[in-house]
Amino acid sequence: MTPQDDKPVPSPTDGEAPLTRRDAKDTARKDEARLENAVETAGGAVPPPAVPATAAALGAGPAPESTLMQRIMTGNALVAFLSVVLSLILGGLLIAVTDQNVARTSSYFFSRPQDMIGAAWTAASSAYLALFQGSVFNFEGDSFVRMIYPLTQTLTVATPLICAGLGVALAFRAGLFNIGAQGQILIGATFAGWIGFTLHLPAGIHLLLVILAGMVGGAVWAGLVGLLKARTGAHEVILTIMFNYIATNLVLYFLSTPAFQRPGSTNPISPQLDATALYPPLLGPAFRLHWGFVVAVLATIFVWWLLERSTIGFELRAVGANASAARTAGVNVSKGYILAMAIAGALAGLAGVAQVSGTEKVLTSGVAASFGFDAITVALLGRSSPWGTFAAGILFGAFRAGGVAMQASTGTSIDIVLVVQSLIVLFIAAPPLVRALFRLPSPGARRARKGGSTTPTPASTGAAA
Amino acid sequence: MKLELIGITKRFGSLVANDHIDLVVLPGQVHSLLGENGAGKSTLMNVLYGLYDPTEGEILVNDKPVTFKGPGDAMAAGIGMVHQHFMLVPVFTVAENVALGNESTKAGGMLNLQETRTRIRRISDQYGFDVDPDAVVEDLPVGVQQRVEIIKALVRDAEVLILDEPTAVLTPRETDELLGIIAQLKADGKSIVFISHKLREVKAVSDVITVVRRGRVVGTADPSAPTTELASLMVGRSVSLTLDKKPSTPGEVTFRVRDLTVQAANGQHVVDGLSFDVAEGEILAIAGVQGNGQTELTEAIMGLQDHVTGSITLGGNELVGRSVKEVIRAGVGFVPEDRSVEGLVGTFSVAENLILNRYDGAPFAKGLSMSRAAIDKNAEEKIAEFDVRTQSASSAAGTLSGGNQQKVVMAREFSRPLKLFIASQPTRGVDVGSIEFLHRRIVAERDAGTPVMIVSTELDEVLELADRIAVLYRGRLMGIVPGTVSRDVLGLMMAGMPADEALAQAHDVQGGNL
Repeated sequence: MTPQDDKPVPSPTDGEAPLTRRDAKDTARKDEARLENAVETAGGAVPPPAVPATAAALGAGPAPESTLMQRIMTGNALVAFLSVVLSLILGGLLIAVTDQNVARTSSYFFSRPQDMIGAAWTAASSAYLALFQGSVFNFEGDSFVRMIYPLTQTLTVATPLICAGLGVALAFRAGLFNIGAQGQILIGATFAGWIGFTLHLPAGIHLLLVILAGMVGGAVWAGLVGLLKARTGAHEVILTIMFNYIATNLVLYFLSTPAFQRPGSTNPISPQLDATALYPPLLGPAFRLHWGFVVAVLATIFVWWLLERSTIGFELRAVGANASAARTAGVNVSKGYILAMAIAGALAGLAGVAQVSGTEKVLTSGVAASFGFDAITVALLGRSSPWGTFAAGILFGAFRAGGVAMQASTGTSIDIVLVVQSLIVLFIAAPPLVRALFRLPSPGARRARKGGSTTPTPASTGAAA
Repeated sequence: MKLELIGITKRFGSLVANDHIDLVVLPGQVHSLLGENGAGKSTLMNVLYGLYDPTEGEILVNDKPVTFKGPGDAMAAGIGMVHQHFMLVPVFTVAENVALGNESTKAGGMLNLQETRTRIRRISDQYGFDVDPDAVVEDLPVGVQQRVEIIKALVRDAEVLILDEPTAVLTPRETDELLGIIAQLKADGKSIVFISHKLREVKAVSDVITVVRRGRVVGTADPSAPTTELASLMVGRSVSLTLDKKPSTPGEVTFRVRDLTVQAANGQHVVDGLSFDVAEGEILAIAGVQGNGQTELTEAIMGLQDHVTGSITLGGNELVGRSVKEVIRAGVGFVPEDRSVEGLVGTFSVAENLILNRYDGAPFAKGLSMSRAAIDKNAEEKIAEFDVRTQSASSAAGTLSGGNQQKVVMAREFSRPLKLFIASQPTRGVDVGSIEFLHRRIVAERDAGTPVMIVSTELDEVLELADRIAVLYRGRLMGIVPGTVSRDVLGLMMAGMPADEALAQAHDVQGGNL
């Protein structure tokens, strides 16, 4: 592709004479050269550009693949909100369709359609009402404690989701797609749990050590991924997926060794953690909500500060948004990858701590449930921002906590919650679909990109004429 | 074929890219569309080619109104387009590329490339294209790839050929060849729409020039019109033509490069044994056709290249083997050649980009904590000082125009004390007003006593700024000549002739001619 001529002896006036066909000299020529030089490299300071700025901004991004990921992971708040709404509506339809009353009334739909419509409404609304009652406020409760118990359950479930979600979000801001929160939670929980039931230390110190161990466990597990990526260029998605498998089976193996089993038992379950190693209840013994939630709030504040107000965050964001510019500006990109993964892992490790020394109080192979994978969705819904992730974590906590109550009271399967969660991801990943459904104005770039299938994005060349 | 555009208007939302543009292209005519980047030339051509629907206006072919639903319709009507970035499948042969989308088949759906080959040979012979139908496109030089694009249009019987910034990617020699091809096509009765912002080419090739500014036709001009007139039409104001540059007063030599060699991943020496000095208060320009080792040279100095041997010293300190951060801290200011890739983080705000390589030092950071106030204050000052046109300091840098983006990069680099300033393609894709400004700043930095190194593939820029010129060819130095050297000598050197030979030859020829 190198545009070079092999023949080194072109005519002496090569590149000049055929163009001007005259022997312009001295001042006149110099003026002209100056002018043409100026004009030849003319850029678009003068509005309007032919392509709206959004397209230009997109064109200025790094690889198209990462741009797409970036768009999905840091999308529009309105689209995120509408995705949730849309998913709930579709979930409601699904509840109605699978409801027995609806099925029965549909057999005589044409004679009395209102029966089926009524039944469908009842099925969906009662299921969602149960979901709400089970996750936010139970107005049928006979005491205040019973009434707000669902909300505390939501926050309890949200705690590991927030911590791990922050890890995914932070890694993403550094340009890393961290699928490995699940493994990081497990390893973090294993470290924390082992300290919790093996060492017997005074209150305070013990818990602190447990938290630290959990963070170190997650950080090491994720940091290894960062190290491998930085050193060998291996892709973090493949690495983290494989590390998840390793972590899952490693924990299973640990739980088959005496060091992790209860004395005299061969079940894959660890001894109960010492009371000194547990998060104290936050609102008294009536609730399961523990201090881990406060840690999650602090973690959110910390991540916000780290990303928005610290030099480390500046580096990580620069690496994530444009690694070659970051490198040119003197940022050590390899170090950035390792650091981002290690911090992400530490946050996921906190989620492991919340599980093992807050909610579960023992280490089992199922201690991480599916929090690590839900965390990806949470970060996605939260648009990779710390407070967005926090809010999304609470929403998903509510789904999970309320889903149980919904299944108990209306018989609607908790799996419907999973469907709703999956739909949310689907809609967020396809913003044009949501925009089309709600007739939102599409961003200006879309029209220009329509032609982009056959023409290059002019903005990417900086020469939109 | 006579082609007419009447009152074409194209809006993107509130943005008017084309505002009632009229254009008539007659058979056998080269019609140039001249305008700055962003003036709306490409949009107009995309309308003509069926890629965009015009908001208003109509297109007439031979006095009959037509509507194009897509490029297919436009092609069927005899309009061919050669995009600035070629639409070729790199791993396909020329014949396969030409046949693509227009394949003739034998029984059973088998491709019949033989017919395509024959047609390519015929066209190639007719216009002297010298294109082998069986060559794989990715192996061809850029100039030949462009001819393949032209063949693609001609095979489809195009009568009107739109060439969108066709010379942007060509070497001076390839440009000449293209202009020759255009002349032949014209002689053959084809119409050419030639889109460019390069005045010299436009003047050389056109029959009619239409000047577009801010989406409007601001005038038509005769190719014989003076360059100044065309330029002021295009820019919308008179342009200052001369850079008031005092002769340089070189001081002590503080920047030395000795036997610098950069090895590429494939083992090739992309920079091959370079040695040169830059003194305080002088501008050394590195000239050469793109891809002759300039990028690697600047990256080696900045610590961005691995496999560097030799020595680079600044004020006696060795830079080879240092990290980028250490090089920056040593006082090297660097404007990379592609600002949107290496110079700026497009999604970051202007304020953040202005401290992109100083974010961790005073006054912007105390320990790990960054000071918003200091960052904003810095942004305010720099935006004012460098006249950066941005809505606010918190706008994303990617939304700025090329010239303003470059000002942001320049402002950042000039905002710390420098011991060496390196700028790669400092004014590529930058508007006229900004070019004057940026050039003045570079000269001011020189006058302040900083050694300056400019890398440029634009001969005019090199001649404008340089006190001395070093020419690179395939990673080797062809010699260092004074800044007053003639274009011809530089042209010879850029084609691989050592300085002494080039000077001798240019002298002989000139003597012979006079």
